Amino acid sequence: MKQNSRPINVGIGDLASFKWPITALTSITHRVAGVVLFIGVAFMLYALDLSLSSEEGFINLKEMMTSPLGKLITWGLLSALAYHFVAGIKHLVMDMGVGETLEGGQFAAKLTIFFSAALIALAAIWVI
Amino acid sequence: MVSQVTSMSRNGVSDWLVQRVSALVLAAYTLCIFGFVVINPGIDFETWSGFINTTGMQVFTMLAILSTCAHAWIGMWTIGSDYLREHTLGSGATTLRFIYQIGCVLIIAVYLIWGINILWGNN
Repeated sequence: MKQNSRPINVGIGDLASFKWPITALTSITHRVAGVVLFIGVAFMLYALDLSLSSEEGFINLKEMMTSPLGKLITWGLLSALAYHFVAGIKHLVMDMGVGETLEGGQFAAKLTIFFSAALIALAAIWVI
Repeated sequence: MVSQVTSMSRNGVSDWLVQRVSALVLAAYTLCIFGFVVINPGIDFETWSGFINTTGMQVFTMLAILSTCAHAWIGMWTIGSDYLREHTLGSGATTLRFIYQIGCVLIIAVYLIWGINILWGNN
């Protein structure tokens, strides 16, 4: 049985009993942001399609994106993108062997939160 | 080494590499698009479509769409194989995971075809 040779990972049911160190929080948030972006691609493609279809399409899209719901979706997707981007850069840096100790990982997690929070705040200002 | 037909890639090392190369393409594309939008406040249709419809940006956008598909597949596959598992969900987990993977593949296929259509179907 090949299944038996596979590593055992955690299940959704185990979540409540876990401790959530900062590194775990930043890791799961990276995943959640990735799933949000996966769904968000539909919105991005729709926007790209409309923006390139015609002058009216472009103006339509601008109106949609400046409506309250449009602003919320835009900010939400920008936030997910900002977080996934920053956490992804952290991964690439760690792949190069930087910050692989426990302290290094915790510091990198803090940097991820700091930079993504700054970008998410900037996105909010830009969208409004 | 564990091999599964549903992984749709040769091995984890190739997944690892594809995930990082596609990430770099997507990061560069993101910076490029945001850079253009930020240096062109109050952008109009002419400027925007003129920019995206240059050959260079069409190629870059196509690369970004392909990278999105590869990146999303590896990410969604990883999430499915981490959480939709027998030891927590019981014997139906494999069926559920298979349906989930088919769903992901279908969505990615739609994104790919839609993206190609947007890039070369509009004009």
